[in-house]
Amino acid sequence: MNSMMIIGQYVPGNSLVHRLDPRMKITIIFLFVIVVFFANNLASYSILTAFAIITTFITRIPLRFILKGLTPIWFLIVFTFVLHLIVTKEGTVLVEILGFKIYSGALIQGLAISLRFFLLILITSLLTLTTTPIEITDAIEDMLHGLKKIKFPVHELALMMSISLRFIPTLLQETDKISKAQASRGVDFRTGPIKERIKAIVPLLVPLFVSAFKRAEELAMAMEARGYQGGEGRTKLRQLKIKSSDLIVLLFFLAIVVGLFLTRSY
Amino acid sequence: MREKFIEFRNVSFRYGEEQPWVLENVSFEIYKDEWVAIIGHNGSGKSTIAKLMNGLLYPQQGEIIINGIQVTAETVWDVRKQVGMVFQNPDNQFVGTTVQDDVAFGMENRGVPREEMVRRIEEVLKAVRMEDYLLTEPHRLSGGQKQRIAIASVLAIKPQVLILDEATAMLDPRGRKEIMQTVSEIQERNEISLITITHDLQEVVQAERVIVMNKGHVWDEATPREVFAKKDELREIGLDVPFVAILADELKRNNMRLSNEPLNHEELLEELWTLHSKM
Repeated sequence: MNSMMIIGQYVPGNSLVHRLDPRMKITIIFLFVIVVFFANNLASYSILTAFAIITTFITRIPLRFILKGLTPIWFLIVFTFVLHLIVTKEGTVLVEILGFKIYSGALIQGLAISLRFFLLILITSLLTLTTTPIEITDAIEDMLHGLKKIKFPVHELALMMSISLRFIPTLLQETDKISKAQASRGVDFRTGPIKERIKAIVPLLVPLFVSAFKRAEELAMAMEARGYQGGEGRTKLRQLKIKSSDLIVLLFFLAIVVGLFLTRSY
Repeated sequence: MREKFIEFRNVSFRYGEEQPWVLENVSFEIYKDEWVAIIGHNGSGKSTIAKLMNGLLYPQQGEIIINGIQVTAETVWDVRKQVGMVFQNPDNQFVGTTVQDDVAFGMENRGVPREEMVRRIEEVLKAVRMEDYLLTEPHRLSGGQKQRIAIASVLAIKPQVLILDEATAMLDPRGRKEIMQTVSEIQERNEISLITITHDLQEVVQAERVIVMNKGHVWDEATPREVFAKKDELREIGLDVPFVAILADELKRNNMRLSNEPLNHEELLEELWTLHSKM
């Protein structure tokens, strides 16, 4: 179990997208999310779809990982589409099923909104698929740097995130150990009515919490012994650097944005 | 006369007003580049000594002088630059998400420039023979490996003294051996004082001097060999006497004239096979 454990959705790789500076990825995705709402005709949607599909292709992430990330929202996409078919009454009547008139405008709008949804989810899931959680943490710390002026605890927040990431596998191993220990004492986690199974979680959670607090206390002491005094005057081993490839990708993306605004109808 | 590095002057400590004294009127000295083992059963105050040396706790009475500086709330950060500490639980002192991040943590806190960090990380990982694990995450390491990283992290900040507070207590015999070997290599190579705190008599063998703690008092201060000779008294204060020492004792009782108090299997073996030629 340990050797296969991957935190989050990250799929290791060495593609252009993987190597991109995480801050650049977040910026581009942020812009993309805004820009998606400006597309309003076939040409502009085509440009965005092409961009999303080509980016996905460049990451060389197996399709099944991407589809797995999309599973929870298929329902939402289909639901939106159906809702539009029923509610929107524009254009000409295409077909009539059981007294429901389906209009051409509804079909087009339904498709457009579903596509918009799909693109948003696809692009944002590419971020977590190609970036390690710790890189994302670093990027967030760096991008929120300016907020320090208004006393926002940026460094503390980033440290909290990185320590949580570091302890997730440790606590999972511990959960496994405790559940085995409790199972050997006769606690049944797997069978019986739901109510009983929920009750069985209590003897799992209590020792887990106790040990997590003990860990936290010891960790705090170890950090202090190693000279931790907060973010002031600290240097950093992990450093983010904008490379020329990052700028080229940004320019390419901006070109696409310009293309979108030229093709969209006003 | 060797240079004094750590000095405890009539130190008393308790965790609260109503609590009993954990340490009472404790005084001792530790010199530069010396290897001292502090041994005692649970609750003898040995771990409290470690925390006092690092300024994690302050004494109610007496003074602790480290390299000429008295440990107080004002000087504590200077003291911590010179005193590195490795704790018992390998998991709960691993801060970084990978080996290199963890080794860097202490240096980051002290504002060491990045190039220097990269250089030192390589150097200290070589010293604990973990150079192949630079990017490994903690949950893929064994307990012994994690403790070696903890030692490397401390070495990276170049302290003058390294305290191992029961650092091997949670390890299996193999991990324990790894750590003891790493530690003695470091002691030989670097100019660093070493304080190992343990309840296992087997681990004091390599030390130059042993301080035996009992109920908050210094019970004895001697060489490992002298301490080993007091088997019955050691047993009385709740310490397990190693098998070799018990065996040597029994042999002596049966009129085998062992000239030396053997510290490990090799020494006892040496005594036994040369025994006949001496008689």
